[in-house]
Amino acid sequence: MTGRTRLKVKWLERLWGLSTGRFGLIVVVVVVVTAIVSLFWTPFDPRQVEISNRWVLPGWPHLLGTDGSGRDILSLLMAGSRTTVLVAVGAGVIATVIGVSLAALGALTARWMRESVAVLVDILIAFPVLIIAMMISAVWGGSLAVVIWSVGIGFGVNIARVTRPELRRVLHSDFVLAGRASGLSPLQNLWRHLLPNVAPVFIVQLSWGMAVAVLAEAGLSYLGFGAPVTEPSWGLLLAELQQYITVYPLSVLWPGLAITFTVLALNLLGDALREATDPTLSRGRDPLHPPRGAIRHVPEVVA
Amino acid sequence: MIRYTLTRLALLLLGLLVASVLIFLTLRVLPGDIAQLIAGTNSTPEQVEGIRQRLGLNQPLVAQYLDWIAGVFRGDLGSSLLTGSSVTSELAEKAQVTVPLGIMSLTIALLFSLPFGVLSAMRRGRADGTALSVGAQTLAAVPVVWAGMMLVVVFAVWLGWLPAQGFPRAGWDEPAAALRSLLLPALTIGIVEGAMLMRFVRSATMQAVGQDYVRTAAAKGLTRNAALIRHGLPNVGLSVVTVLGLQVAGIIVGAVVIEQLFTLPGIGRMLVADVSARDLPKVQGELLVLTGFVLVVGFVVDLLHRFIDPRQREST
Repeated sequence: MTGRTRLKVKWLERLWGLSTGRFGLIVVVVVVVTAIVSLFWTPFDPRQVEISNRWVLPGWPHLLGTDGSGRDILSLLMAGSRTTVLVAVGAGVIATVIGVSLAALGALTARWMRESVAVLVDILIAFPVLIIAMMISAVWGGSLAVVIWSVGIGFGVNIARVTRPELRRVLHSDFVLAGRASGLSPLQNLWRHLLPNVAPVFIVQLSWGMAVAVLAEAGLSYLGFGAPVTEPSWGLLLAELQQYITVYPLSVLWPGLAITFTVLALNLLGDALREATDPTLSRGRDPLHPPRGAIRHVPEVVA
Repeated sequence: MIRYTLTRLALLLLGLLVASVLIFLTLRVLPGDIAQLIAGTNSTPEQVEGIRQRLGLNQPLVAQYLDWIAGVFRGDLGSSLLTGSSVTSELAEKAQVTVPLGIMSLTIALLFSLPFGVLSAMRRGRADGTALSVGAQTLAAVPVVWAGMMLVVVFAVWLGWLPAQGFPRAGWDEPAAALRSLLLPALTIGIVEGAMLMRFVRSATMQAVGQDYVRTAAAKGLTRNAALIRHGLPNVGLSVVTVLGLQVAGIIVGAVVIEQLFTLPGIGRMLVADVSARDLPKVQGELLVLTGFVLVVGFVVDLLHRFIDPRQREST
């Protein structure tokens, strides 16, 4: 047990040791904390319309200025981070469930089943997330649930494609065989030996998937298929400020920067996780193994 | 090669079948009555029945599907519920904006990702190499719609060089004006897609540097860079071909958003309008064409990759 905790701490230490990992972690934590704080407190009420206060330039007390109806942009951004976190986490959960189920079906079942799942995954991967979202929106109308489901489905398939071969590989290793010999049921074996071993590959994908979710929320809300206009959302804010872009170009800067930083952080976190969990890099001081930064075989880029 | 082509073709056909069934079913699983939904709440039962007749909703699902697919093979993608116009002819008309936009975007993405991607790998660990790679990472995280807004602010609002929105009414009869209005949208998609491609080119180049053939060439007296350019780059090009399919899908998605931002009369903008209006027969046709296109591009790219890579050609 202590060995396991130590392993986890080392793994986090390695992540923190990478500048990309540190940046990713910090920004993600800031966004999540902001979302939580905005539930209780924002500098101004993000829904408060005050026409006399329109288009105030950044300064005190409106740090980032106000929009065309006098709402405080910083408060809108803070409240909007809730939507972003909700979509990223929701899509992450759905992608995990779909991805792991498809990967397990495609790796652990009878041969005909495995191969049909593999073909199905190859086909589904051709559907871009936005197209899935449009398909669902055409029937049910746009909403945040549509965004969450479409990213979840789109990225779940992606996770399945990357995790499936990994699961197959681990399946043939000795400790799984030993587990089976010691009387573990297939499900127990899956939970105890298989999933922990494919977790690194999977977490990296999840991090990238959440980045896609943040972008998709912004894009779909901009198009009018995401957050309802009454909800605070970075994408909606972009759409709203765009109408006055020729007069007040500066205001568009803020929501865009918020989205870019969040997506960048999730992308870098994914990259750093890949580096920190790569078993070929864990023997850091081994002279036969190139240190970090040396040229080595980079796994095929997936995103 | 022939065996591979046939297997891949079978996969493509299967893909098209699955895609068409998925699109068809998704647009029909609505809890309740599509005809009622389309007609709205203030409609008479006769109107609802009329719509049902027109869409063939009284027939069994399989018959509806076969009917639709038979039409697709005749080149008839159905007609709009609201205007009655043919989906095929509207798609052909809007493609005159979207296809050039896509080609321009892809060209810009390649022009900027290939040299910068290779350069950032070769200058790895130095200030300029790091700057290039940080730049690519950041640009790849930018939402495409915001990138478009920023370019509008700089090139249309401040500098006034290019139009901020719109497409000439006369279309390609005014080639210069049409090209000018597509330049900023194409640049937007090209830069964001190019940044993603650049990350890929960079890691492919780094992988090539580590290969034995590059080391051998360097041992035979070429400089490291010359060895990389002569022997490594063809392999980088090959791996770029494999992600072209993804790039095309990315450009289509980008076009949907960017045509909205720049109010371009293309396929993406039409799709957004039809989804908002719930013109289901039209959406069905448009989605089939878009996903079909992505699947066909994937097929062509796979064959191309097989064909130009001598190692893969011999192995089959």
